[in-house]
Amino acid sequence: MNQLIPAFDFHRVVIAPWTEGFAFSIWIVLMGVLVGTACGLVGNYLLLRRMALVGDAISHSILLGLIVAFLIFRHVDTPVMFAGALAAGLLTVAIIEFIHKQTRVKVDSAICIAFTSLFALGVTLVSLAESAGPVHIDADCVLYGEIALVPLEPPILWGQVALGPPSVLRMAVVTGVLIVGILCFYKELLITSFDPALAKSMGLKTGVWHYGLMTALSLVVVSAFESVGAILAVAMLIVPAMFAAQLSPCLPVRLVLTIGHAVISALLGYHLSIWLKCSAAGAMVVCGSLLFALAWAVTALRARRPVSTSEPESSGLQSAATLPG
Amino acid sequence: MKARHPALLLLAAILLPQFAYAARISELTETGLAERAVRFFTLQDPSLRFALVGSILLGISCGLMGAFLVVRKLALMSDALSHAVLPGVALGFLWNMTKDPVAIFIGATVAGLLGAGLVQAIRNTTRQKEDAALGFVLASFFAVGVCLVTMIQNLPGGNKSGLDKFMFGQAAALGPGDVMLLGGVTILAVVIVLAFYKEFLVTSFDAAFAISVGIPARVFHYVLMVLLAFAIVSSLQAVGVVLVSAMLVIPAAAAYLLTDRLGMMLVLSAIFGVTTGAVGAFFSYVGRNLPTGPLMVLAATAVFLAALLLGPRHGVLSRWWRHRSRSARIGRENMLKVMYHVLEEEGFRGETVPLRDLAEARREAIEDVQVEMRSLRSHGLVTISGDGQAAVFTPDGWKRACEIVRNHRLWELYLTHAANYALDHVHEDADKIEHILGEDTVRLLEKRLNYAHRDPHGKLIPGLADIHSGGPARIHPAT
Repeated sequence: MNQLIPAFDFHRVVIAPWTEGFAFSIWIVLMGVLVGTACGLVGNYLLLRRMALVGDAISHSILLGLIVAFLIFRHVDTPVMFAGALAAGLLTVAIIEFIHKQTRVKVDSAICIAFTSLFALGVTLVSLAESAGPVHIDADCVLYGEIALVPLEPPILWGQVALGPPSVLRMAVVTGVLIVGILCFYKELLITSFDPALAKSMGLKTGVWHYGLMTALSLVVVSAFESVGAILAVAMLIVPAMFAAQLSPCLPVRLVLTIGHAVISALLGYHLSIWLKCSAAGAMVVCGSLLFALAWAVTALRARRPVSTSEPESSGLQSAATLPG
Repeated sequence: MKARHPALLLLAAILLPQFAYAARISELTETGLAERAVRFFTLQDPSLRFALVGSILLGISCGLMGAFLVVRKLALMSDALSHAVLPGVALGFLWNMTKDPVAIFIGATVAGLLGAGLVQAIRNTTRQKEDAALGFVLASFFAVGVCLVTMIQNLPGGNKSGLDKFMFGQAAALGPGDVMLLGGVTILAVVIVLAFYKEFLVTSFDAAFAISVGIPARVFHYVLMVLLAFAIVSSLQAVGVVLVSAMLVIPAAAAYLLTDRLGMMLVLSAIFGVTTGAVGAFFSYVGRNLPTGPLMVLAATAVFLAALLLGPRHGVLSRWWRHRSRSARIGRENMLKVMYHVLEEEGFRGETVPLRDLAEARREAIEDVQVEMRSLRSHGLVTISGDGQAAVFTPDGWKRACEIVRNHRLWELYLTHAANYALDHVHEDADKIEHILGEDTVRLLEKRLNYAHRDPHGKLIPGLADIHSGGPARIHPAT
């Protein structure tokens, strides 16, 4: 047991990463924050649409998109990666819809069938390609991801200045675009998520927004994929959004809480991983889950107290963005 | 299903003496593809026998459990549970730093049941929806598992733990202990399902009714969850954490497409599970180093696709084919009806119907009419005479034409007289119903309408005598 859990050395765990290994730590934590933010923001909308497990499905099947794109173009540059991921993501959604609408199989089975089949095909292709030659995608990385490799990437140079590891920059761009997108189309996303019937009556094309969200989801997940892996990307999608939903019924507050959750869980998780010498991405998700457990406990305790102290529920202005009881 | 037990016991008996020699498939020397296929079918390698028997047992237990998951809409529960067992696997491994099947089984089962309990707790005590609860358990347990596995890999000897085989599965790594465990779980699942088949059936489809007749639906739900956890955990070594849910859901969903009876579905699902398990083991064996889990899942997907496309009742292709042949039949019947109308206009004086008149009546090009006439002729409804310019009813064609016209006019009459439709609203409706009215309904309509002779437009309704007269010449001219 002593070997498994090393002694907690305050200097090694908390101080040293920032004094001695700053250049290393900063990129890992930054990547964690960016992944948590981008995934969490999309996750909020997934949760509202009860599509959390569609996110799970897409993040699995993206492997197939990546390997097929690699086999066609023989390299994994950003555009190729994005194209493959996008195709795989939309294909997954389309297959789920096809099975669900054209057959008597229910939607939960349809999700399960679609992503396990695509994922299995992806893993098989990766194994076959590996025996033929070196592949940049490896099936284990799909599961765990290796966020600790991020600082080791050759940095992108801008003139003489080293900007940072490409995957962090890519994630930053994706996160930035996502935030701008949410700010610009806040109202549309809100209405189509909460009340598709109202959205239709207002002339919004719900199908377009649905597939738009799926596109954003695919791009976010593929950017996060290398560093956190497919299954932990699911955690990044669901856990921050659940944390936020547990604390507030109000969507804008939730979005901000999500970002806060991403920052805290990335920092705590990084230090946890140094302490326990385990996967950093895994540790970040563990911390994120503990944060949710904390929020859960707080709300449960608050619910036990007499109701008299609670403030009156949302005013008229807020109610547009407030979850129905 | 009962007949399978002796066969399984027999297989196990064949395997028992081989325990001592169990070699890993990966240790095999280089051999050609065909040679490996031959080795597969002659079952030369003891490890292959374990892999095959293990895959078959796995197919049965997963198939049975999966059928209940699919009908209870719990497919994603299996996904969540299969990921949630990972920390249990790691802890079971830590027990004495070996892949002791029993320790791992216990650890993983406990983790799986904890996960299932947590899903229930989140659903009961928060406003989070079921999908979020499932996703949360899936992801957070898996994260704990990833942390534990990476910690184990730092330990001395942890690197060779073979825990990574639990991710995608390697049937070749199945040992005698794993196969015995699979056998035990499979027998348990079969026995419990057979013993409580009726209870499972009722609680799966109508929990409220089950409770009202005194069946503890909740207890059976938990029994099912425990059996599910057993099935998942015992299959981990062969299929892997990530894809166990596929082996549960896909064969069962394929069976669901083929039958409406739960008993039949259980049998089919188990058969599909066995087949896909064996096929997956075969390909994993033939193409060395390929992980078994994905191959099994691909085999299962192939079965599902076949059921999806070709299933006799719910298959997409068969439905499309039925739809197509029905519209073709309706097209032919409409043509027969027009021929009847043309003859009727002339007071049934002749037997031949000029194609030109038909084209005029249908406002179509004569070439189109010729094409359709050829289709009618190939179905034995008309003969074509007068160097291809005229058509004559065969007795069959005449009979069908009369029936269609009779159905149409009877229905118009029914709508105007019994349902109080306006006269100008009845035609479209009758155009649709004329093709699907059965003889029994026609008898009812005739009785209801006092065996009327004329439709609301004053036209004669063909009677039984006309229908069986064999041709228009013998019909009495309309008066």
